[in-house]
Amino acid sequence: MEEILELARKFAEEAEVYTVSTEEAPVHFEANRLKAIQSKQSTSVSLRLIKNGKLGYAAASGEIDARKLVDIAVETSEFGMPAQFSFPSERNFPQVNILDPEVETVSIGEMIELGQKLIDPVLKSTEGILCDAGVSRDSVTLSVANTRGGQAQYKKTTFGMGVSGTLVRDTDMLFVGDGQESCHPLRDTKALTDIVLHQLELARNTAGVTSGQMPVIFTPDGVVSAFLPALMSAFNGKTVLLGASPLDKRLGETVFDKRFSLFDDPTLDFAPNSRPCDDEGTVSRRTALVEKGTVKNFLYDLQTAGQAKKQSTGNGSRGRGGLMSPAPSAWIVSPGETAFEDMVKDIKEGLLIEQLMGAEQGNVLGGDFSGNVLLGYKIENGKITGRVKNTMVSGNVYQILKDLAGIGKETKWIGGGVCAPALYCANLSVASK
Amino acid sequence: MNIKEAGHLLAGIITKCEAEYIEAHLEESEASHLTYRGKDLESVDKTGAVGGNVRVLVNGGWSFVSFNNLEDLETKVKQAIEQAKFVSGGEAKILQYPPIVDKTKAEIRQNPVNIPLKEKKQILDEYNQVIWEVPKLQTSVIGYADGYRKYIYMNSVGSYIEQERADVTLRVGAIATEKGEVQQAGISLGSRGEFSAIKGLHNQIRDMAQNAVKMLSAPQAKGGEYTVVLDPILAGVFVHEAFGHLSEADHVYENPQLRELMTMGKTFAGKQLNIVDGAAVPGLRGSYKYDDEGIPAQKTYLIKEGVLTGRLHSRETAARMKEKLSGNARAVSYRFPPIVRMTNTYIEPGKTSFKEMIADIKEGIYVKNWYGGTTSMEMFTFSAGEAYMIRNGQIAEMLRPVVLTGNVFSTLKNIDAIGNDLDMNEGGGCGKAGQSPLPVSNGSPHIRIQRCLIGGK
Ligand SMILES: [Zn+2]
Repeated sequence: MEEILELARKFAEEAEVYTVSTEEAPVHFEANRLKAIQSKQSTSVSLRLIKNGKLGYAAASGEIDARKLVDIAVETSEFGMPAQFSFPSERNFPQVNILDPEVETVSIGEMIELGQKLIDPVLKSTEGILCDAGVSRDSVTLSVANTRGGQAQYKKTTFGMGVSGTLVRDTDMLFVGDGQESCHPLRDTKALTDIVLHQLELARNTAGVTSGQMPVIFTPDGVVSAFLPALMSAFNGKTVLLGASPLDKRLGETVFDKRFSLFDDPTLDFAPNSRPCDDEGTVSRRTALVEKGTVKNFLYDLQTAGQAKKQSTGNGSRGRGGLMSPAPSAWIVSPGETAFEDMVKDIKEGLLIEQLMGAEQGNVLGGDFSGNVLLGYKIENGKITGRVKNTMVSGNVYQILKDLAGIGKETKWIGGGVCAPALYCANLSVASK
Repeated sequence: MNIKEAGHLLAGIITKCEAEYIEAHLEESEASHLTYRGKDLESVDKTGAVGGNVRVLVNGGWSFVSFNNLEDLETKVKQAIEQAKFVSGGEAKILQYPPIVDKTKAEIRQNPVNIPLKEKKQILDEYNQVIWEVPKLQTSVIGYADGYRKYIYMNSVGSYIEQERADVTLRVGAIATEKGEVQQAGISLGSRGEFSAIKGLHNQIRDMAQNAVKMLSAPQAKGGEYTVVLDPILAGVFVHEAFGHLSEADHVYENPQLRELMTMGKTFAGKQLNIVDGAAVPGLRGSYKYDDEGIPAQKTYLIKEGVLTGRLHSRETAARMKEKLSGNARAVSYRFPPIVRMTNTYIEPGKTSFKEMIADIKEGIYVKNWYGGTTSMEMFTFSAGEAYMIRNGQIAEMLRPVVLTGNVFSTLKNIDAIGNDLDMNEGGGCGKAGQSPLPVSNGSPHIRIQRCLIGGK
């Protein structure tokens, strides 16, 4: 790393080297049985430099040839964007706990046992169900250093487990499942399987829906599948800079329901997406995106912030091939005051949606979505009566979030990236056949 | 050490080992990307990667080890064998195939990665200019990517296959805004490494950008059931999403109900419907000579005259289902084991002209282009990039883009006309089990579906 930085310094004004090494060990169960064990190791290095004021970039994984890397970065800098920032010189970072050495001591045997425990109760509950499960333990070591003296390095462990079930009857298919991730080892399989058993219980009967307008509750998982694609692009500083975000120019305005608040937070201890700094060495912080309905900020990396005349929010993230762009760390939607049961009780005829398929395919930027209910239930007279099928729900994310009928007081982590309550919408368009 | 040297070493190691079956992959790849957001070239990069993997089958269980340093290969093979002991006792098995030793070339005039960045930038600059000349346009997004990959497959039975492939993709999108409304349109194209495939698209891109603007004032469709006509691009997405994934044997082989549902010889559609998948169809993005388990590529009829006649297999699924190998095991890179994937998937052309197809539709929807699509086996949703009402046999007013959804089985039965104008879409990438994007192509002539559910107001 030092060697690449030294070499790059000879050809460019500034340079930054980013390295990431990962070790992953997933155990897969398929069709109720242990299927495969994997171990994956990889190391990659990215070099970013500023030459004649312009950004150059190169990356390599596997065999790293410092000279070649520098040559390519210099070559691309000829076409690069003018750099609108300087690399940060930060060397001290707040303590964010993301390493639990115990993760690496969990044996393959124990992981297999956990997988079996995820499958067994689901299998027992429902005849003919086919279960897949996965248990994984990963560790990642990451470092970033630049010619302005900035330097960061951290190691993170993550542990994940998940189980899913497929039930086929004639041409009808039911999909259930849930998963969990942490920087600690996970052992409570029952918490997960209870959720799946509950889904199966609710889906035992099917219920018909007539097309029309009706109230809809989105569970935390439903919130992720219906609303997240639109919000993620709208709050991305890059979308805003291009004027393509509907929230552009609405900073400080109350665009959402007054009870709706949304934060990006990479500083929570042992949350899988937490970290002391982002991928370009900017200190991690909690960023309010929406506070009590008011748009507060967007997510920025250094370059986008420079272009927009803002500060980086510490959301620089290396995407495909390691290129930098702003991306969320973990999204936290604040809980409200409505108990889930009260939302259900409130509905005479409506839907409860857990998984919506295809919402990310519509006019995401404009907030329009239209999705097929992959897992959802009918609510009649305050009771969940059965699973719905062949049903599409359409709406506009901004119209819905402007005026919510209720926000759940319980929140749930979905994967490592989102923590959200249930959201209750008074009136949505539902098409069914 | 390069992969050639490592390959010979590794082949020596795995043929000596005592395991039921071992295969290994080594790979060397390079790629370049150019991205525009708005008026400027936002990023340019070139990347390179080297790596490999070892996959072992022991007593019915799989073990997989991937790495990206080529040192100490013997330890990696041993680790894979040791690890496999934990999984043994499962039911995994494979179909053996006679060893093949071969070498294939990428068959392109020039490695696209080596084309000067300047030349790539010039073409993209022109396209961006075309977009920005359209009034009311808010911004543009252009993503160009190319790649070149050399890879070696070997197994403990003595196969040793060196292959090369190249890939080029271009996605161009235009975003129009007015009074807080945002609409977007886009096109995706690709080729099996031939750079010229993305040249000369100025008119197509201008039309696309103008469409994004027109959509701003277009009404939204009223949700419900319609007679829908799909253009070749969207019909190609439909066949990939709705039927292609269901034909992947790994979804079926361990699922008795699904196996029953997908019994060979069962009628799924009218006699006019023929669906094909095949990497042996030459020159397309999903084409290759051998799959990633060293099996020669083929052309498989999934549906012939409306009847289920074939499905896509890996060595394992073919063995488990006692069916023929189809050469469909693919991996996006050395970081993943090969799984059952599509290649080039299409509906064969029929006899109906587009004019005839819409002639007797009183009220229907014509859908073109695509944003994306997903499937959960039985259900699919896919998004059209463009939509128009059909009224009294004529294409009428433009609509906002629509989402189509349905049950695969009833939708296939509801296809009642197949056009004579097959066209392949090479801009797609397929994702499955975390492996994305895999180069595939899909295509179709225009098709008509009765009673298709459209989302809307
Ligand atoms: Zn696909």
